[in-house]
Amino acid sequence: MSDFLAMGGYGVYVWASYAVFFVLLAIDFIAPRLRRRRVLAELRGRLRRQQRKTQENPSP
Amino acid sequence: MNKLTLWFHKFGSPPVFHRIGGLLAPWLFAAALVLMAVGLYGGLVLAPADYQQSDAYRIIFIHVPCAWMSLFIYFFMAANAFIALVWRIKISEILAMTSAPIGAAFTAITLATGALWGKPMWGTWWTWDARLTAELVLLFLYLGVIGLYHAIEDRRQAARAAGFLALVGVVNVPIVHFSVKWWNTLHQGSTVRLLGPSAIDSSMLWPLLVMALATKLWFFASLFVRARNDLVELEAGKDWARKVALGEGDGA
Repeated sequence: MSDFLAMGGYGVYVWASYAVFFVLLAIDFIAPRLRRRRVLAELRGRLRRQQRKTQENPSP
Repeated sequence: MNKLTLWFHKFGSPPVFHRIGGLLAPWLFAAALVLMAVGLYGGLVLAPADYQQSDAYRIIFIHVPCAWMSLFIYFFMAANAFIALVWRIKISEILAMTSAPIGAAFTAITLATGALWGKPMWGTWWTWDARLTAELVLLFLYLGVIGLYHAIEDRRQAARAAGFLALVGVVNVPIVHFSVKWWNTLHQGSTVRLLGPSAIDSSMLWPLLVMALATKLWFFASLFVRARNDLVELEAGKDWARKVALGEGDGA
């Protein structure tokens, strides 16, 4: 197991590369999900404001 | 209309794309993760050490698939930008703009892992050689497209301006690809060839190809998730988008 982690003495470089890969993929996975929450919340807010407006000034 | 155009128009309609993308994305992500697990097991455990580079060569299993993706995504982005500029198809606009951040991520991984590979093998993190410089220019092109898209207020005008930049920058794609042939560089030539035998043993080749497929599936999964957000934002005034926001069904 420690042989595997050592990667023939190149462990630092190999594992750092794999870390970069997975960290960036994780960001790529999470970022659009956070944005979706924001986009939908914004749209819900806009719909609520529109509804209030039509209630205050009902069209004749 | 024939069947294909009909299908294209249907899939290109925002609510249908939103629904189908939402159905496909989780499966694409799952398939990508399974393939990554298989590919990395093959690359890190099953494949033998290289006779020259010992275990350091194992960086290839992420460096090369990500480099392939950096070019593939640029080509995909430019093709969609072209369709968007000529035929004004909304979906193509969105696909072009959403592929830019994913492409930038893969390009950044390529450059970072390249530096981490270069240090032990070449003795330097970075050198201004043709392949490395062209790949860095590719990253700047991606960042330029993203920046231009966000600098203009009107979404559709922004997509057209950034799409034009993406289209002009496509000239860099063959430069990256052929740089190892056209110039004397520190970077090695292609080991995997579509035509003719590859200069790599099959025990190392199959994990590489599995990882290439995995990154491709990951790209499309991420593309769908991101495109869905942009569709809801762009079509916020439409009935289907309201239903999505209020959680009444998935829109179509």
